[in-house]
Amino acid sequence: MQPFISHTGLAVIIDSANVDTDQIIPKQFLSKVTRDGFGIHLFHDWRYLDDAGDKPNPDFNLNKPRYKGASILVSQENFGCGSSREHAPWALADFGLKVIIAPSFADIFYGNSINNGLLPVRLTDAEVKQLMAEVEAQQGAEINVDLETLTVTSPSGSVFNFEIAESARHNLLNGLDAIGLTLSHADTIANYEKSIPQWRV
Amino acid sequence: MAKTLYEKVWDSHVVVAAEGEAPIIYVDRHLVHEVTSPQAFSGLKVAGRKLRAPEKTFATMDHNTSTTSASLEALSPMARTQVETLERNCKEFGVRLYDIHHKNQGIVHVMGPELGITLPGTVIVCGDSHTATHGAFGALAFGIGTSEVEHVMATQTLRQLKAKTMKIEVRGHVAPGITAKDIVLAIIGKIGMDGGTGYVVEFCGEAIEALSMEGRMTVCNMAIEMGAKAGMIAPDATTAEYLEGREFAPKGEGWSQAIAAWEQLKTDEGAVFDAAVVLDAKEIAPQLTWGTNPGQVVAIDQLVPNPLDARNATVRSSIEKALEYVDLTAGTLMTDVSINKVFIGSCTNSRIEDLRAAAVHAKGRKVAAGVKAIVVPGSGLVKEQAEAEGLDKIFLEAGFEWRLPGCSMCLAMNDDKLEAGDRCASTSNRNFEGRQGRGSRTHLVSPAMAAAAAVAGHFVDIRKPY
Repeated sequence: MQPFISHTGLAVIIDSANVDTDQIIPKQFLSKVTRDGFGIHLFHDWRYLDDAGDKPNPDFNLNKPRYKGASILVSQENFGCGSSREHAPWALADFGLKVIIAPSFADIFYGNSINNGLLPVRLTDAEVKQLMAEVEAQQGAEINVDLETLTVTSPSGSVFNFEIAESARHNLLNGLDAIGLTLSHADTIANYEKSIPQWRV
Repeated sequence: MAKTLYEKVWDSHVVVAAEGEAPIIYVDRHLVHEVTSPQAFSGLKVAGRKLRAPEKTFATMDHNTSTTSASLEALSPMARTQVETLERNCKEFGVRLYDIHHKNQGIVHVMGPELGITLPGTVIVCGDSHTATHGAFGALAFGIGTSEVEHVMATQTLRQLKAKTMKIEVRGHVAPGITAKDIVLAIIGKIGMDGGTGYVVEFCGEAIEALSMEGRMTVCNMAIEMGAKAGMIAPDATTAEYLEGREFAPKGEGWSQAIAAWEQLKTDEGAVFDAAVVLDAKEIAPQLTWGTNPGQVVAIDQLVPNPLDARNATVRSSIEKALEYVDLTAGTLMTDVSINKVFIGSCTNSRIEDLRAAAVHAKGRKVAAGVKAIVVPGSGLVKEQAEAEGLDKIFLEAGFEWRLPGCSMCLAMNDDKLEAGDRCASTSNRNFEGRQGRGSRTHLVSPAMAAAAAVAGHFVDIRKPY
């Protein structure tokens, strides 16, 4: 995994609450056996007017020229709810997004994002509202997200603090392989297994 | 110190708790299906890692499978590749697989409990959010992403932060005709679709204790629909009675040890929850969703809500968007809403008791003109049992279609999908936009409510003659 330290980029807004993973990547794209190539299907039913994905919906923000190249998504509460499909962060990352900012996230999506180096940032309702207003007001508005200082800097220079579990921050900053880390405890796992009662083996 | 049920299961599974690291917890059972596993198996292969405990890993195919044909020929090329990839991976890594030709094949959350793979006091994970279902047995069970599936395959453990605890107590007894589905929809209606985020919920109270294991599974299944990490119900005599003699349940001396251990699996008196919610069971009427998330739910004798009554601007905008999508007008009586499709199935409601409850309303009646209704049993064993009881004939005579087991129209990955503009009474768990087919509208209901809607052509209050 690539380390995540700090990122500055163009922001795009999806001003809806409860954006579920069925919207982020609909089921018809879950039959692939690889992790790549999901970005083209990101938000398919909102982004395209037809099933084949040939006719972009001009009213959907991701299709608007002013948001082309966006790498930070700002949305509303309970982002990523529903299905556990990791195809959702795969699609967001493959599209080119590095950071999702929202007042709250669903638990499974939050963990899946961190495991893919996609940073989920929780800010307050008021801070998200301010970011959205600033991004809308100025074409090309960029946001900075710094994982070392745990700050988000808005286009106008307002600085917001955010929190993330120290363990997740450490893994993201260093781009660590979670499995490799856990396997360094293989002996402890083996000892634990010896202590499991017979009925639970 | 007094502990909650969750804390007891958590504490008994912590393998490593090091400063500054997320704790490592042990996984007793890993359930696997075709959609969220291929990239995990590939990851193992690329890194040259082994599958640590194949004997604790159980695979089936359910999401992509056809409900009209038990042949791979019936699948789309991509679905077929995914199913064949699972077969190949299971063979290579020595994982037990219930494929489409096996009588145990079925929806992963129906298969696990009915084979006794699911046990109280265990940690169970699966790359599927409805893994919460297994919490009905007093297991700590939750859905994980594919990176975590790979982590479990390689280490038989997971890195997890401890969740907060919430107690949801349903006091008293429900009225006749009110099912587990109505109870859980009423809970979600009360706390909202993110009311449980960050929590492991323990469901308790007389109305929960009175439920069968199948009813308890329906309740815990939808814990994720309130955003909870997991839902749990303390095991009791009902739990033990259900499990005794099942294929993978402990036997002999192991069974006696298990019973003794399970008796300790309840929240201690004086244990403190981070949050508590109380519902009065007798207030619960048959429930159905009107909107595009499971929290947008009303009782059958209520009206489609008015956005102007919303508590804030975000909620108002959600209601307006949902009303536009589902094409309903505020103030409409739910019994005036017509449907043209019915789906009885899914990991929420496809077990034998669900099919019996639906059959009561189908028996001697006919599916209304213009309505297409399908019944999809949750597993090969459920199908076999239903056919032994003659339920298939009741459904077929009433004009329902009787299908092969699988996830089917719950998420519509196979051919069972709705068309744009369809309105469906569905016993599944999610009414998100496009979930059952682009432009389609889903109303979540109990099996009895779904079958009654099929014969009436619109939603009915099953407490009254219709």
